[in-house]
Amino acid sequence: MTKYLVRRLSTAVPSILGISIVLFIILALAPGDPFADLATNPNVPPEVRTALHAKFGLDDPIPERYVHWLVAMLQGDWGFSFVSRVNVSTLILQRLPTTLLVLGLSQVLALMIALPVGVGTAIKPYSFFDQVASTFAFVGFSLPTFFTGLLFILVFSIHLNWLPFIYRSDLDVTGWRWYWEEFRQAFMPIAVLGLYQGASWTRYIRSAVLDVIRLDYVTTARAKGLREPAVMIKHVLRNALIPIVTLVALEMPAIFGGAIVTEQIFRVPGIGSLLISSILANDTPVIMSITFVFSCLVVLFNLIADLLYGWLDPRVSYS
Amino acid sequence: MDGSTLASATAESTGELAEVRPVSAAQEAWRRFRRHKLAVASAAILIFMVLAVLFGPLLWRVPINDVDFTAHLEGPCAAHPLGTDDLGQDLLARMLYGGRISLAVGLAAMLVGVVVGTVVGAVAGISRGLIDTGLMWLTNLFLSLPQLPLLLLIIYLFRDSLKKVVGPEAGAFILIVIVVGGLRWMTVARLVRAQFLSLREKEFVEAARALGASKFRQAVHHILPNALGPVIVTGSIDVANAIIAESTLSFLGLGFPSDIPTWGRLLYEGKDYLDSAPHWALFAGAAIFVTVLSINFIGDGLRDMLDPRRVL
Repeated sequence: MTKYLVRRLSTAVPSILGISIVLFIILALAPGDPFADLATNPNVPPEVRTALHAKFGLDDPIPERYVHWLVAMLQGDWGFSFVSRVNVSTLILQRLPTTLLVLGLSQVLALMIALPVGVGTAIKPYSFFDQVASTFAFVGFSLPTFFTGLLFILVFSIHLNWLPFIYRSDLDVTGWRWYWEEFRQAFMPIAVLGLYQGASWTRYIRSAVLDVIRLDYVTTARAKGLREPAVMIKHVLRNALIPIVTLVALEMPAIFGGAIVTEQIFRVPGIGSLLISSILANDTPVIMSITFVFSCLVVLFNLIADLLYGWLDPRVSYS
Repeated sequence: MDGSTLASATAESTGELAEVRPVSAAQEAWRRFRRHKLAVASAAILIFMVLAVLFGPLLWRVPINDVDFTAHLEGPCAAHPLGTDDLGQDLLARMLYGGRISLAVGLAAMLVGVVVGTVVGAVAGISRGLIDTGLMWLTNLFLSLPQLPLLLLIIYLFRDSLKKVVGPEAGAFILIVIVVGGLRWMTVARLVRAQFLSLREKEFVEAARALGASKFRQAVHHILPNALGPVIVTGSIDVANAIIAESTLSFLGLGFPSDIPTWGRLLYEGKDYLDSAPHWALFAGAAIFVTVLSINFIGDGLRDMLDPRRVL
């Protein structure tokens, strides 16, 4: 197991390096001085500007600059936000938990929808339930998250006035009320993301289950008298999950994209909305770091998917 | 029949089969596509929308930037069938104009993605060894790039300089098409490579090789035409994805400049008036949704049509 983990980690490192090279090339190709805004920004004293110039070694050859940049990133020295004048790492670490919480809960919701519906449609393909569910799934993943978000605000906040449409990190209530308010304000972002993912996963799960449900070993399991739930969960679903895990890992970048949009709509104080506000404020160090963080998260989730893969499918050998 | 042996029992029925009227490949394809009712309806809707954005502005001759403060934030009425925005500009005219851009971006970005993906996939599929490994490593690397943050980063860094060279409208168009297409070629590349790997071992390619066809000729004339089916399906769905990507950028305020009312841009501007003028955001959002939904259904119909193994 440890050996497998080490081997997987050793393939994750080149991907992170590759991503960092892509990011750096984009930054290096960008025309103009990335710190040009500092000259016109009265909030930044000129000595900070010269110090940054020297630190980033903007006159060095590109490979040398890349190594410097990478070393600084790895040491946790992600620079200094031009706008809020704090370390970028502090800023991101403040925001990251909210993003991960909203994302995580929305994926749980997506699974709670997609698993029963996907399995249900695959048990009786082309039935009435299958037709209705498949149509809804199509509608669900054709609805862009930004539009669903606005529809939710229109219905639940403006017409029904049930839920707040702005996420506040400084709730002034305590105890159970706090949990209730947190739930109310997190509900819409989680639902928007969860429904979107749930719709596309339903289709994956349906086709993955359909692929295995007619195989001989399932008939064998039924013939030896196993109860239907045991057949479905232990025999069908476990094998169907193998391709699903791969697909979900491939979709990770899109999931983070959806998170940025929902955070922006509902003003969730996560790293997605931080990215947008930094872009609008030309805050280059924050933008670069957040993009890098997102890349690392994608690689991390791919790694987790690979480990899950090994657990789900014993044919994948750990040694 | 003298001396000839039937290959199998089923071969006896050839006499019956011969009576069935022969159908051309196109007729057969249309028959398969027609079975998917939703795909046919979607195709009709999409054709209507394309015609509307192409010829609508010729019929509905209200200028898109005709400011009229007396008709500020009006709901749908006879003079403005889709209502007006905060400056009293006619939303139908703006939607028709913006739809051209949204659909054009979707189509162009898809073409960029499909062309890049096909070239990468074909080169990787026809060559063995290092080139194949290297290209697939690159494809997998691009697959794990976080697309939206990267899109935002590139647009943030290159927007101003491109604007100076080719003007704000063309600059935004070129940048968005290249970047959206440039981050969406990986699925096509993997599909094309997979097709190439199986097709290049087939007899007809071997025959071409035996006749001395060059690798280029084998790839372009023999393998590629047979590998295009899944590419067409993915390409059609990629149009929808590219439209969503462009709308997302515009919705975040980082796509087209404000004087070009793409659907995403209209949604971005309308979202602040959700309580007083919901029609503004709703019509734009509905246009995106209907387009994406019909393209996805058409893609599904094409999959039924182009998959010869599937019995219908």
